[in-house]
Amino acid sequence: MSLVWIALLPLLGTFLALAGDRYGRNVCAAATAVLPGIALLLLLALFPALFRDEELRVSLQWIPALDLAFALRLDGLAALFALMILGIGLLVILYARYYLSDSDPMGRFYAYLLLFMTAMLGIVLSNNLIQLWMFWELTSISSFLLISFWSHKTEARLGARMALTITGFGGLALLAGLLLIGQVVGSFDLDRVLSSGDLIRDSGWYPVILVLVLLGAFTKSAQFPFHFWLPQAMAAPTPVSAYLHSATMVKAGIFLMARFLPVLAGTDLWFLLVSLTGLATLLLGAYIALFKHDLKGLLAYSTISHLGLITLLLGLDTRLAAVAAIFHIINHATFKASLFMAAGIIDHESGSRDMRQLNGLWKYMPYTATLAMVAASAMAGVPLLNGFLSKEMFFSETLDQSTLGALSWLVPVLATTAGAFAVAYSLRFIHDVFFNGEPVGLSRTPHEPPRYMKLPVEILVGLCLLVGIFPDYVVTDLLLKAASATLQGPPPEVNVALWHGFNLPLLMSVLALAGGVAIYYNRKLLFQFQSQFPDPDPKLIFEEGVQRLITFCSRIMQLLDRGSLQRQLLLLLLLILVFLGPPMMKLHQTSGGRELLEPDGLAQVGAVLLIVAALATVYWHRVRLVALLMLSVVGLVVSLIFARFSAPDLALTQLSVEVVTVLLLLLALFFLPQRAAKESSPHRVARDLGLSALVGGLVGTLCYAILTRSGSSIAGFFIDNSVPGGGGTNVVNVILVDFRGFDTFGEISVLAIAALGIFKLIDQMKLYLPTSDDSGRPWSRDRYPVILAVISQLLLPMALLVSAYILLRGHNLPGGGFIAGLITAVALIQQYVAFGEAHIRERLRLNYQWLIACGLMLALLTGAGSWLVGRPFLTSWFDHFHWPLVGEFELASAMLFDIGVYLTVVGAILLILANLGKLTTTGRHDG
Amino acid sequence: MELLYALCVGALTTCGFFLVLRSRTFAVVLGLTLLSYAVNLFLFASGRLTIDGAPILGQGGAPYADPLPQALVLTAIVIGFAMTAFVVILAMRGRADTGTDHVDGRIPERREPPAAK
Repeated sequence: MSLVWIALLPLLGTFLALAGDRYGRNVCAAATAVLPGIALLLLLALFPALFRDEELRVSLQWIPALDLAFALRLDGLAALFALMILGIGLLVILYARYYLSDSDPMGRFYAYLLLFMTAMLGIVLSNNLIQLWMFWELTSISSFLLISFWSHKTEARLGARMALTITGFGGLALLAGLLLIGQVVGSFDLDRVLSSGDLIRDSGWYPVILVLVLLGAFTKSAQFPFHFWLPQAMAAPTPVSAYLHSATMVKAGIFLMARFLPVLAGTDLWFLLVSLTGLATLLLGAYIALFKHDLKGLLAYSTISHLGLITLLLGLDTRLAAVAAIFHIINHATFKASLFMAAGIIDHESGSRDMRQLNGLWKYMPYTATLAMVAASAMAGVPLLNGFLSKEMFFSETLDQSTLGALSWLVPVLATTAGAFAVAYSLRFIHDVFFNGEPVGLSRTPHEPPRYMKLPVEILVGLCLLVGIFPDYVVTDLLLKAASATLQGPPPEVNVALWHGFNLPLLMSVLALAGGVAIYYNRKLLFQFQSQFPDPDPKLIFEEGVQRLITFCSRIMQLLDRGSLQRQLLLLLLLILVFLGPPMMKLHQTSGGRELLEPDGLAQVGAVLLIVAALATVYWHRVRLVALLMLSVVGLVVSLIFARFSAPDLALTQLSVEVVTVLLLLLALFFLPQRAAKESSPHRVARDLGLSALVGGLVGTLCYAILTRSGSSIAGFFIDNSVPGGGGTNVVNVILVDFRGFDTFGEISVLAIAALGIFKLIDQMKLYLPTSDDSGRPWSRDRYPVILAVISQLLLPMALLVSAYILLRGHNLPGGGFIAGLITAVALIQQYVAFGEAHIRERLRLNYQWLIACGLMLALLTGAGSWLVGRPFLTSWFDHFHWPLVGEFELASAMLFDIGVYLTVVGAILLILANLGKLTTTGRHDG
Repeated sequence: MELLYALCVGALTTCGFFLVLRSRTFAVVLGLTLLSYAVNLFLFASGRLTIDGAPILGQGGAPYADPLPQALVLTAIVIGFAMTAFVVILAMRGRADTGTDHVDGRIPERREPPAAK
């Protein structure tokens, strides 16, 4: 279980970070570090088991039917990455404490950082492909938040957006690739996928899978041609760069390639794609890095170059190359993180990152300079430092491949060239910044940073030295463990040592060192040469591309949607025809064999009334009051239909909703034009009429076809179980509050949301209040007729009594929360109509939002109450009691639920209508 | 009886869609209300038509009407009201903010018919 905690603790830490913010910077940093620190200890505690080759796996079921589980595993590779993520993460937390200024929201920064840490841990520990992908996307999002942390800066926003676009695009490609892998293997379980390498390589989908997965890895790890987002991401605060762009984010792509090495590698396609991309990135990054005047820009391109080196190693696809790749992952993380931190210190203490200004800092900060120089030498591959060891392994691996045939000699030559450039830019980092004269135009005098800001750099530089001098004691075990996990087999014989005797790789190292010095010495010539080429700004190119894409998309949108609702609806209707027409034609007979009911006179009269009223609504739709009256006739007939066909509950509901709807529309009519001019051309009317008639005919036919066929229904279950299971004889109500109570809960939530939305829309609505009706007659001065007032006052107690009765009997007889709520609402609205809103507001002190909230809470708590007795949500309980005088009485928890429904309905309807009604009186003075 | 019922559903659908295709908000609201009647009746029909068989146990007797569509339609009626109310208020707000009750918030320019000679 401690595996789960390793992944989970940093996530919980985000809350601690946010909470610690108000107690000052030291507390905030300490609170942030606690949980990742514990996670690191937990991880270290698992190492003995790891080296005993124990199975370290946890799996928590999530959606078993879809093969989705929350599954974690810890093997050598995952352990190595987790160690770097947590270890360097903790150092970055300490460093950021001193780097961030007082005005930066520190809690938010740490929260993002820990969110990112969680995401990275999730990637390396996942044992399920989909889960891995989810964390992968989470790194994109959290790195977006981190890069844009100084969101007031344009380049931070642009850089963050670019990083998100590129890595997000890669993430989608990766998802497609992983889904295909899941299809081929038949499982998303990483263990199973890793053991099905041959299956995947032999499947026809292999090239597609490979390209998609590599797209994900290359975009994340800033491989050519997707490398350009990484330098833009340098707009992030330096602790972020030190963390994301040395050990974590950009290594996620490398991790992915290493993880899938046993599954995807071993083909020529893999070799070509991966090693050539790596080689191109290695050269390009090393070359450009030399010309960057910005310290962080130099480091960014150097990072790109080193990532290319690792990719190239993975592409070479030999067992030793994999070991070298992993070794370089470790080494690059340590020296690059410390270099970023040193660059941040220089920036922080001198106010500039421009190497044309920064000169001769040795005099001002000798200690920091020493640390940075050691780290930069490691980057260059100077002996006695860790970079030298992995670079030698790299050189010897480039010699040991032959897939390019006669051109195979190119790889070691180009590798040496890139090595020379690496030496040159490292030299520039050392010489330009710390020596080479005096600082030029700095805003302040540089000085050494606070004591503990140097500590993380010291630790990392110390590691560079330790690994470089005593590799066997420090790193070999973990390296071999990680390598065997990567290769899914025993690790190769490897001798990590400083001295291998005089051999070709040593010669390449010497050549690179000498070449680097020569290049740096002649840098003026090179700078001159380079200045002949235009220096395109990736930001501008990218932005232009984005703008072009947006223009293209909006042009397509213009084709589909011209901002006309009528057109959209027309298309929708046509779609209905397309989808409904052909299947209906396949139906041989309209009428099925079911025994039909005899139509009687009453039914005929009702049908004619309904159809005539509906047509009248259409005919008079521009004379709006008449149309509204006709509409209400339709509604009445519909409720009669429900009553006729054995649905008393529906009839009651429809009847009371009808009252509310008509009131609502009348109110709306007050604010909308009473009449409308004839607008549609005869063509349009004919077209619309024809189309609606077609759709109406189809729907009617479908209805008839359904009615005349018998189908199987699950009605029997509800009828049989209503009394024994739900304790009520009104099956419809029992379904609502018991069997399908969860749906009902959702529905009253929708009702509440709609009411609140309406409340917000009404708020601040500025409407024109007509002073007369459409024929110019002024409104009646008798606004609250006495007779109406007297009658409605008399009716109120009775209406409330009826609604209470309907509510209580609902479980057994027609009624229930919905109907009772509607009746209460109608009764109260009648009071509003008769007395005016102000009058009622003084007497009825009800806050309808509260009413809605109480109703929802009551329903929710009733449902949750069943958890207390260990039953699933919304299990109902009922029993019979004997009441003196009243007799046998049933109490059911469903009744409480129904009361919740009742309150929500009352609250929602009154919130809508009372607020709308209020509009008619505001601004008007009683005359 | 079934034929009459289907006729009613068809007529309501036709009228509803025709009104929904109009250009002014009030007509669209009327159309939506008619459509919601049609949809409720249609859904209700999936339980087939039964006379004197209200699903109240212990009264009358089998065969009972199918209670499931009834429960569905009951909540649909209430939610239908909430949605109608929302659309109505949206229409009013639209008129308040844009000054017109056209569904697109503006009256589209008409292509001028060629001048009569």
